[in-house]
Order: sequence, then structure tokens, then C-alpha cells
Amino acid sequence: MAEEVKLYGTWSSPFSRRIELALKLKGVPFEYIEEDLSNKSPELLKYNPVHKKIPVLVHNSKPIAESQVILEYIDEIWNNNPILPQDPYQRAMARFWAKFIDEKALATRMKANFAEGKERELVTEEFFQQMKFLENELNGKDFFGGETIGFVDIVAIVVAIWFPLTQEVLGVETFTEEKFPVLFKWIRKITEIDVVNECRPPREKHLAYVKARIEGLKSASK
Amino acid sequence: MADEVILLDFWASMFGIRVRIALAEKGIKYEYKEQDLFNKSPLLLQMNPVHKKIPVLIHNGKSVCESSIIVQYIDEVWKDKAPLLPYDPYQRAQARFWADFIDKKMYDTSRKTWATKGEEQEAAKKEFIEVLKTLGGELGDKPFFGGDNFGYVDLCLIPYYCWFYSYETFGKFSVEAECPKFIAWVTRCLQRETVAKALPDEKKVFEFVSVLREKIRVE
Repeated sequence: MAEEVKLYGTWSSPFSRRIELALKLKGVPFEYIEEDLSNKSPELLKYNPVHKKIPVLVHNSKPIAESQVILEYIDEIWNNNPILPQDPYQRAMARFWAKFIDEKALATRMKANFAEGKERELVTEEFFQQMKFLENELNGKDFFGGETIGFVDIVAIVVAIWFPLTQEVLGVETFTEEKFPVLFKWIRKITEIDVVNECRPPREKHLAYVKARIEGLKSASK
Repeated sequence: MADEVILLDFWASMFGIRVRIALAEKGIKYEYKEQDLFNKSPLLLQMNPVHKKIPVLIHNGKSVCESSIIVQYIDEVWKDKAPLLPYDPYQRAQARFWADFIDKKMYDTSRKTWATKGEEQEAAKKEFIEVLKTLGGELGDKPFFGGDNFGYVDLCLIPYYCWFYSYETFGKFSVEAECPKFIAWVTRCLQRETVAKALPDEKKVFEFVSVLREKIRVE
């Protein structure tokens, strides 16, 4: 039976891009549908009625939502170039760090970007601690997945690409090579990989987009 | 080789209860170590340095943290008995989606039904009922979220039930009145010995929540 794989996403979303990467890593052909989040398609609303968000993977007409759930599904259906380890303990560790990135690091980063004064100091310190925990997890390995990229690397691309870019737009220097040499070495290694670069937003367009979003958020909070 | 399984937990934690149910379903012998969350033990801080939270499963000296991750770990290690997640990858993805939904929506919303007052509390009650109705929609006419059998999603959700009496009393509403099908599902879950034994008494939970409310000075 011919496989039909569709991905509903947006070009600037790290959650959407990580699914593209996983599919490309496994050589899975797919149709990509760019969503306009200010005008969501009937298909998106049908396929993800609960959250109405991207990314959504539709495999032979069956939808799956939530990026980490989608990644695990992809890994189970197409088992070449495995993303998750086989060993249950290693799998638990991979899930733990992926959850940590999406639920803690991202939220702290957002808060640190917009906080002021004493709160900014505290949140920035929290961010440092979180990045240190993540950095320690690399522990001499090239990638979180070991010799090749895995589940945590794919999820952590938001740290490798989105964090430095946002920082550039904001003109701050909290996330630096000086403070996180091991993490930055990983960032260099992962951003040298062709397929990773195929799945990242084009730089100039991304810079402009993040700039506009931050300005929008700043004026909305006034 | 004998497995050494230790669970660091807190008696009223809905997240800890999930792990207790999973361990019971699989018939795993373990040592339960009650934690004082207001005075965290060196063992807890050593085993979960990142979050400093319970539950933590320590299996042959190695710690696994985060309740949904622990339950999946238990299911994968002790895979020959009482499967918790579905066998089919698509069904498994759906189970993970709904467990994630429960994690994203239940805790914060339910907490606000007792930890806030006035308009904030009213809004929280409405949202909480909506969450239960969404879950009820997913349950449909099935006996369990897992279908014919009790499974991962049921296990993730049922521990909240021992807190319902507290939500309803402080929030002044009734889940049964708003979502009778939901209560029917609860009754089915409670018929399982593993679930009935794992849930603490709701009145004890209520006493605990009353103390918490005073600590955060709600009134």
C-alpha cells in the first residue's frame, strides 16, 4: 500500500521543523502544508481539534499531534536510522531531557528575554542552571544521542538555532560559548550536518520574523 | 538477578499514585519511601537534582524521574505482563497524546479550583469541567480510555479522583452532576484492586488540601 504522509507546519516553528528533520533522516517522502496560524485551515482544525496547533502529522489519513509524540511515532513506524535508543533506561533518559528542554528551558528562556530588573537576574540565573544541566548531559559525547544525532539532539535544535538567533535580535549575551563551551561545541557540530541545515528556517527571513514578533510582544505587554 | 526497586513518593501525589498503580499492575515488589516535600531528603536531591520532585523510581541504583516517563519505563522493562501502553503504534501515539493533554491541563486547572477565589476560581471551575468533558469525549462509549482494558491514559488520569472531593468542596461544584459518564468511568477503574489500593482516602487528601490552603492563605 502506498504510504501517504502529510505534515502540517509552519516554516518558523522549531516544533514543526523537528518533524521535517526526523522524516528526512529516515528518508520518508512527505507532503508539506504550510499553515497560516492567523487563518487556520479546516484540515488543521479537523486533524487537531483539541489544541488546533501545528505540527500535525497525517499518516494514511490518521492524524498525530504534539511534536514529541509525533517523533516517537515516526521512530516506531520507520525503524531505519533510529532516533530513540533501544535500552529502556536510555529511552527514559532521552525522554527526560527532551521534556526538560520543551517544558523548562524554553519557558525560562522566554521569561528571561522579557523580564526586567531583579526578576531578570533571577530568571537568567535559572536559565544558566538549566543550560548547565543540559551541557553536563553531553558528557564527552559528540551528540546527546552518542555518535549520531538522536531524540534529544532533534528536540534541542531549538537551543542550537533559535536561542542564539533570538539573542542576536535582543542584543544580549547571556547564552555564550564562554559560559557553555561544551554546548557550543555541540551546536557547531550539529549545525554542520547537511540535513539539519536543510530543515532550518532561512536565516535572514528568520531574523526578520523574530524581530517583528519580539517587537509585537513588547508593545502588547505595555 | 534480584531487582532492587525503590519509589520516592508522597502519599497524596497524583503523579506518585500513577507509578504505584503501574508497579502493582505488573506485580513488582518495591520499597516505598515517603518523602517530606517541605524538607527534602539528601536521597531525593541526589536522585532528582534537576527537578527535586517526586515521584522518582530507583531501579538497581539508577533513577528515573517524571511520572509519565517512569510509567513508560516500567512498561518497557517489565514487558511480559499487563501491558499498559497499546501494542499498535498509532494507538500508542494517541495514548501519549492524551497523557500529555492530562499533564498540560489537569494539574494547573484543578489546583486553581481550591487555591484561588472569586472570579479566578469561577473561571478555573469552568475550565476544569471543560477539560473533563473533552476527556469524556475521547472516552466515548468505551469502558476505558485504553478500550476494553485499563491502560496508560486511565492510569494517568484516575489518581486525580482522590482530589475531586477537595475540588468539589472548595470549589462548590459536583463532577457527577456535570459529567456523569466520567464518574461511571471512575467507578470502573476503582473496581480494579490495583487502583483501589493505590488511591488514598479522599477525606485525608481534603485535610491535607485544607492545610495547604492555609499555608498559601487563600481566604
